[in-house]
Amino acid sequence: MTAVAVTVTVLLAVAGGLTLTRVIRGPSILDRAVATDVLLAVIVAAIATEAAYSRDATALPVLVVLAVLGFVGSVSVARFAARRHDASTSSTSDGSQT
Amino acid sequence: MSLDVVLDVAASIFLIAGALLSLAAGVALVRFPDLLTRMHAAAKPQVLGLLLVLVGCALRLRTGVDITTLVLVGAFSLATAPVAAHMVGRAAYPTEDIRTDLLVTDELADHLDRIADERESSAPA
Amino acid sequence: MSSDPTTPAEPNEPLRPALSRTARRRNQVIAVTALVTVWVLLWGTLSWANIISGLVVAAVLLAVFPLPPVTFAGRIHPLPMLRFWLRFLRDLVVASAQVAWLALRVGHTPQSAIIAVRLRVNTDLNLTLTAEALSLVPGSLILEADRRTGTLYIHVINVASRDEVEQFRRGVLELESRIVEAIGSPDELRRVRDNAQPPPPDMEGASA
Repeated sequence: MTAVAVTVTVLLAVAGGLTLTRVIRGPSILDRAVATDVLLAVIVAAIATEAAYSRDATALPVLVVLAVLGFVGSVSVARFAARRHDASTSSTSDGSQT
Repeated sequence: MSLDVVLDVAASIFLIAGALLSLAAGVALVRFPDLLTRMHAAAKPQVLGLLLVLVGCALRLRTGVDITTLVLVGAFSLATAPVAAHMVGRAAYPTEDIRTDLLVTDELADHLDRIADERESSAPA
Repeated sequence: MSSDPTTPAEPNEPLRPALSRTARRRNQVIAVTALVTVWVLLWGTLSWANIISGLVVAAVLLAVFPLPPVTFAGRIHPLPMLRFWLRFLRDLVVASAQVAWLALRVGHTPQSAIIAVRLRVNTDLNLTLTAEALSLVPGSLILEADRRTGTLYIHVINVASRDEVEQFRRGVLELESRIVEAIGSPDELRRVRDNAQPPPPDMEGASA
């Protein structure tokens, strides 16, 4: 089981690193939101693997919170981005900030 | 004893498969050309990868309370991931840089104005 | 079950009859059951205290955030339901492997397409379920859903030609018919079976 844990850790670490480069580079805020979502999925996988490795269920409630939190995060960023776009296009007509 | 070993091996396979999917998603995030294609890559660890890891975890823990928690995590993610993806895609489509040169066809462009009008009139959110 | 409309609606017109009292009651019962189930799963133990507190929480939630009306005229058909799930899991695995392979391939930029698929059964439930199933599978992404015409605008990755686009469009309609077979009403089933040929994609009626 230790070998499995090490393998999974390495794979997830590389995945997390690649995802982080996209978070940093990502040209737009939506790119970053998507990459952050993937990062969250990687973290969930890491916590679940840790729980499986040590046979310790203490961290499982954290997974529930993360599953909901990721949704809230990307939806708010998407709404923010959409609204900012609307404001920038409609500002030519009446300049109302929403 | 033997059942334990079988379950452990199965759990290991599930966990490694899930991690491999996460890795592929990481690579895809870096390599894919635009936001929408990256979102396809993002859906992978969030759905199948997560399910595999959760099943692996459940096979290892094997107690009722923990398995119900894991089922709940899976259900939440499966219910919310498409909604989040739709919100991001919708915000992205007309505004973000989308590589239109890589599109075979775009059947939304003609209808975008009409849909945007309806969205504004029907949902004053 | 619910008051069925006497005149069949035109194809692709929204099928949204007003909810009868029993239908609304049934929706509430389903919502309360689901919320209490989640509550009990969160606590992890099935006890009367959990069930009663869950009922209280569910009642408060539904009073504060009432659900939008959902028309569900059909019933659950177990065998097609099983077929839908098996096929869904297969699609999930195959598509995940394909997208993963696409990412690891060197020197290949994937082409994609945005296509409009007009569903044959235009109910909110069918639109939602089809969109959910589609976007859970990697490789297809819902950009926009048009409730009025029942059209989904889907971004598809890894298509190179018009033929593959049409193939994907047929795939979406097959997915829709699997969903309707699983939970649809007889009327919706007939609609799907009669219109085996999907309406043409140019959607001449959409701008009317």
